[in-house]
Amino acid sequence: MLEIKNLHARADNKDILRGIDLKVNAGEVHAIMGPNGSGKSTLAQVLAGRDVYKVTAGEITYQGRNLFELSPEERAHQGIFMAFQYPVEIPGVSNVYFLRAALNSIRRARGLAELDAMDFMAVAREKAKAFGLDESLLTRSVNQGFSGGEKKRNEVFQMAVLEPTLAILDETDSGLDIDALKIVADGVNALRSPDRAIILVTHYQRLLNYIIPDYVHILINGKIVKVGKKDLALELEQRGYAWVGEAVASA
Amino acid sequence: MSTQTSNLEGLINQEYKYGFVTDIEADTVPPGLNEDVVRLISAKKEEPAWLLEWRLKALHYWQKMKEPTWANVHYQKIDYQAISYYSAPKQKKDGPKSLDEVEPELLRTYEKLGIPLHEQEKLAGVAVDAIFDSVSVATTFRKKLEEIGVIFCPFSEAVKEYPELVRRWLGTVVPYTDNFFATLNSAVFSDGSFCYIPKGVRCPMELSTYFRINAENTGQFERTLIIAEEGSYVSYLEGCTAPMRDTNQLHAAVVELVTLDNAQIRYATVQNWYPGDKEGKGGIYNFVTKRGKCLGKYSKISWTQVETGSAITWKYPGCILLGDNSIGEFYSVALANNYQQADTGTKMIHIGKNTRSTIISKGISAGHGQNTYRGKVAILKSAEGARNFSQCDSLLIGDKCGAHTFPYLEVKNSTAQVEHEASTSKIGEDQLFYCQQRGLSTDDAISMIINGFCKEVFRELPMEFAVEAQKLLGVSLEGSVG
Repeated sequence: MLEIKNLHARADNKDILRGIDLKVNAGEVHAIMGPNGSGKSTLAQVLAGRDVYKVTAGEITYQGRNLFELSPEERAHQGIFMAFQYPVEIPGVSNVYFLRAALNSIRRARGLAELDAMDFMAVAREKAKAFGLDESLLTRSVNQGFSGGEKKRNEVFQMAVLEPTLAILDETDSGLDIDALKIVADGVNALRSPDRAIILVTHYQRLLNYIIPDYVHILINGKIVKVGKKDLALELEQRGYAWVGEAVASA
Repeated sequence: MSTQTSNLEGLINQEYKYGFVTDIEADTVPPGLNEDVVRLISAKKEEPAWLLEWRLKALHYWQKMKEPTWANVHYQKIDYQAISYYSAPKQKKDGPKSLDEVEPELLRTYEKLGIPLHEQEKLAGVAVDAIFDSVSVATTFRKKLEEIGVIFCPFSEAVKEYPELVRRWLGTVVPYTDNFFATLNSAVFSDGSFCYIPKGVRCPMELSTYFRINAENTGQFERTLIIAEEGSYVSYLEGCTAPMRDTNQLHAAVVELVTLDNAQIRYATVQNWYPGDKEGKGGIYNFVTKRGKCLGKYSKISWTQVETGSAITWKYPGCILLGDNSIGEFYSVALANNYQQADTGTKMIHIGKNTRSTIISKGISAGHGQNTYRGKVAILKSAEGARNFSQCDSLLIGDKCGAHTFPYLEVKNSTAQVEHEASTSKIGEDQLFYCQQRGLSTDDAISMIINGFCKEVFRELPMEFAVEAQKLLGVSLEGSVG
């Protein structure tokens, strides 16, 4: 589904990604782990199409297409969704209005009929219930006055409504207490399916107690230095990123 | 929201949608302003002597006045002698008795503007007093309104049919000495709307007027007068758009509102006159005086405006709160894009006891647009227990535009409570990206963010107007972010 080859990217005249190779097949869950400043979030944002990051080399193919030829909204139309690390507030725009506009623009792009307000509300209510989002948040302005946990839950709720093909979760676990973490993890697990892939960007192993990844990639200094199964995350938890760094240096 | 990809070039080349000229033979007076012209206008309208005298007093007063320069707007000096002060579309007979008799060319123009009179008559339940250049050509629903005693007709007709009413109220809110542009209007006003709601009557439909500037180099000087008698209520809508022109066109209208005891007037405007091209060439100069007088106790006047058009807007709809416990409200969205300049706000003059006023102003600046909020809240000594709340928010799109706020406060009674809040924000790259990542185009995202910003004002508009206003903002801002 997704293939990244030798990806280099920079921002503010600083190289951040220095040759990433990653292959993600449908049905898989990949965890990208790494210390602060290793380039995890940059990778997520480059996939979503944020233009503050300049790609200087490499290629990304998504469902057989060159991803760089697609604008951020076209990527969304093609099923790419990113749960933001810092969800943005949009004052005066209700959460459901925003999400319906998003869903309908995706549906339009795919040649599907738009959902009217009534049909959409039925879907939204059902998903909000399933993903532990307080119904009162549906009619409030997008993310405005939401607690940290509510914002993250809202991201997962949006993901559930938009039903992406490739979901990228950028540190969705940060700032969550254990109960919220479980709810978010349940939400993500519910979305696991043979035709959907998920990339989890995370700093800590604890999310991976609840979402069992197929692969764990360790990103240090803009490069994936180690790939393994879920045990790698546990080992990392015990021995720290310094251990991987040393292991790589001595290799 | 529409299906739009952010094809920048296509958006930038988007032209003013309503730019076309109707080819109708106009009966136009040669340019210039003097006593003869005023007499001619008055004679053409077969006005009574008292009105001609009033016009002439205004003219003589105006000739001694200087054009004001305090507004935060810049434009080339207007040559008032180069403007023609009267233009009326020629009618085949004495004037249309119904829509069927209106010139088809005119009707087609309205249809292009999306104002199908026939449909509106039937569907919307809106009585439209359509003004084309300076003379009203179609008035609908008159009969229906007459049955309940509501008078809604062209100003010139009111002068003939209800001279005592016009004479009693004309100039009582905006005297002919008021300001340069209002005085000019008093001397040469062409036509406009007159509305009278009798005691205890709640006007059952929204009253609406569409203005349109057409003949080149013809100033538009509308005069509107609305009187709400004791315990009455009326909601009035004014919407405008103008065809594309190269030379600047002056528009100096006057609107006067009067409410008696327990009466209420809601006055809403969506203004979409030609703003000039991308380089700032052309466009309408909109120098308007709008004022309401809450004469009676517990009366209420609210102004709601969405100003997206005109090259220059100079407009301060205000309220004189004379009656005890009367209420004044001002809700405004003003947009300045490309080289547009807007200097707009309100004046709330508290005179009566326990008078209250609310001001919500939303200024949006994009391109090289300059947006100024200028508001005055005066609480006079007599205004025991007066209260005011003001909120002025500015939103910037891009980094070449400007937002300015000039709130003036004058409090002479210590029991008054006055609150002022202000904010300035920018549409952030992160907000746009968030929307795009969810599948929205740049234009749809901007339109959504703007509409959220303006929500408190839009909800004061009648439903169909709110929808129109939202669309208008979207169209006006297309391609403003690269």
